[in-house]
Amino acid sequence: MTDVLIAGGTVIHHDATERADVLIRDGRVADIAPSLARPAGAHVIDADGCWVGPGFVDLHTHLREPGREEAETVASGARAAAVGGYSAVVAMPNTEPAIDSAMVAQFVLDRGRDALVEVAVAGAITVGRQGTHLAPIADMAALGVRLFTDDGTGVQDPLILRRALTYARPLGVTLAEHCEDEALAAGGVMNEGHVSSRLGLSGRPALAEELMVMRDIELVRLTGCPMHFLHLSTARSIDLVRKARADGLPVTCEVAPHHLFFDESVCEHYDALFKVHPPLRTRGDVDALQAALRQGDVDAVATDHAPHAPELKDLPFDDAPPGMLGLEHAASITRGVMGDDPIGFFRALSRGPAAIAHLRARDERPRHTAHGGDVAVGEDANLVVFDAADTYRVERHGLQSRAHNTPYDGLELTGRARALVVRGIPRLDQGQLT
Amino acid sequence: MAGRNLLSLEGLSQEGILEVLDTAEIFAEVNTRAIRKVPTLKGKVVASLFFEESTRTRLSFETAAKRLSADVLSLAVASSSVKKGESLRDTIATIDALGIDAVVLRHAASGAPEQVSRFVPHVRVINAGDGQHQHPTQGLLDVFTIRRALAARAGTTGRESGAELFAGLRVLIVGDIRHSRVARSDVMAYTALGATVRVCAPGTLLPVDVATWPVEVVDDVDDALEWAQVVGVLRLQKERGTGSMVPSLAEFTLTHGLTWERFTRLAPQTLITHPGPMNRGVEIDSRVADVDTALMEQQVSNGVPIRMAVLYLALSGTSPEGSPVD
Repeated sequence: MTDVLIAGGTVIHHDATERADVLIRDGRVADIAPSLARPAGAHVIDADGCWVGPGFVDLHTHLREPGREEAETVASGARAAAVGGYSAVVAMPNTEPAIDSAMVAQFVLDRGRDALVEVAVAGAITVGRQGTHLAPIADMAALGVRLFTDDGTGVQDPLILRRALTYARPLGVTLAEHCEDEALAAGGVMNEGHVSSRLGLSGRPALAEELMVMRDIELVRLTGCPMHFLHLSTARSIDLVRKARADGLPVTCEVAPHHLFFDESVCEHYDALFKVHPPLRTRGDVDALQAALRQGDVDAVATDHAPHAPELKDLPFDDAPPGMLGLEHAASITRGVMGDDPIGFFRALSRGPAAIAHLRARDERPRHTAHGGDVAVGEDANLVVFDAADTYRVERHGLQSRAHNTPYDGLELTGRARALVVRGIPRLDQGQLT
Repeated sequence: MAGRNLLSLEGLSQEGILEVLDTAEIFAEVNTRAIRKVPTLKGKVVASLFFEESTRTRLSFETAAKRLSADVLSLAVASSSVKKGESLRDTIATIDALGIDAVVLRHAASGAPEQVSRFVPHVRVINAGDGQHQHPTQGLLDVFTIRRALAARAGTTGRESGAELFAGLRVLIVGDIRHSRVARSDVMAYTALGATVRVCAPGTLLPVDVATWPVEVVDDVDDALEWAQVVGVLRLQKERGTGSMVPSLAEFTLTHGLTWERFTRLAPQTLITHPGPMNRGVEIDSRVADVDTALMEQQVSNGVPIRMAVLYLALSGTSPEGSPVD
């Protein structure tokens, strides 16, 4: 394995920054010092002016394999992740068939073995994500699955969720919920409010999300099992989690980059690119989410990267599937929100999500190296070199993802990954896949 | 609106609406001639694409296009490739490849006409009703019908009266506002012309954002009916799930229907409109539907000149200089 020298960057520790070079040997960090000599034959990554930190970890990636390979595969999604600066992603289980058995989980893990970045898997809470019968959580946990969710929808029946939490607690795994009460959401296609009414589109009220967050917090209080809240989108949802945490409950939450960036007004022209569940909310919600992220009240930015074949996004707004791409631009959006706070930036994109995914060195994690840790000698070398000043224009046809449904097309964004090292191997350098 | 798409009445000014109404007056005259056809749009091709069935609106548009001598391509969706899973984009591209100048589009999904206008930017798109969003030609023909009725009563003509007869006109729209694209277009048309609009509906049939509409929401339907000079009765949209929004049709009739008893308490000159098709005995009593002040037949007849005007303005790119029909 070739040595790798990351030269000239600023290393971002969890509580400090340091101008230093980083030497990687045999898949681990071998040395950190202000100026390291280049070992013979080493691959040198120019990190001049860049932040060097733990590779990003995405808690919420839809890789679409098996079942929707025309939209994305494990391999193509991993390429998109690498371009985005991610060293690990968690594949969501709403595939066809769903990841609701050890067999399907094994299939995706096997596909991930050859991918550019590490692929962890989230399992379904219920069989077929139908919300009626518990999936074999322990069987999947034995393969290293640590996160369970029926994402796409939440578990609607409180009795089933209570059972799942009670069953999961001794297994040491975390349940994650897509919080929307589908009965109250009533088939709506965008945020309920004056924009939806003017457009004649049926609304998904904020309360549909908040009611389920309230319910789930109380079920966590009852059962003591940890829960992670996926893609919270309203100011009130964040407040609820904040209060639950103050009560000492084991809850964490993520926000998606699109909820940090767009408000509901972008739906104005019925472009189904902007259809997503939970929906894009009001400007006040966007501002509250941004403030919460800056204050450290949000544990992770997670992409909810949701590739869809182009013809599906050409359908009428009512009929198009929800979801948008995120892996390749989430770090830019996060950079925009966090400004010049590299420590907060890596907390949101790497250290926070790695803890929730059980991917740190201290976690028991069969098959996976450690992510989101300190940049320290002896740590697994999963590192990103991030150029926080690089300004570029998004071009939907220049993406690594198989799909093109990015909401950022044509926009100018600032900050992107210059290089990425996964398990000691450079996967991205000078912004290009190696 | 000359040379432009007609996707919504939102943002259309009083001048814009009067331009359509005044042009429609010219075409209304054509419809009284022995030969009800002019060569105005000869050589133009209008496609009528009804993804949601509506015989009366389709016939009205196609009649309008034919009276202007346009060629009409009519896609019967029920028997078309759409049923075989073809996307909206591909359907439009296929029709466009035949060579068309305008498309009249009806769709159950809100926003479909605006999406189509992006797929074929060189084709003029006329919204013939989309989901719960807008039905602009219905809004236009409703105010056209009211203007003609009021002008006749005042001994003037629609063109001469401009928007005068709408100043302070008291309009009540009653019924299923929430699901109604007609209500959204009507409110915009009436208020742009200067009328005062009130709406009245069961709580579940009011839009969530009704507080932001330029209307007054009233709870007492009987007071509101006595106040009104024009009553726009809306169709109860059973097909859009209205059934679960009120306990029963009978209760809706009891609380908000224009019953015979309520009709007898209207001011004698009060005009009544309904976009059709009517649910007789639900939102409107069968006898009320047939009184002289109920303008449903005029609404249907006036639909043709309004749609002629809309097609003419969208395709000609200019306002009529003098008359487009001589």
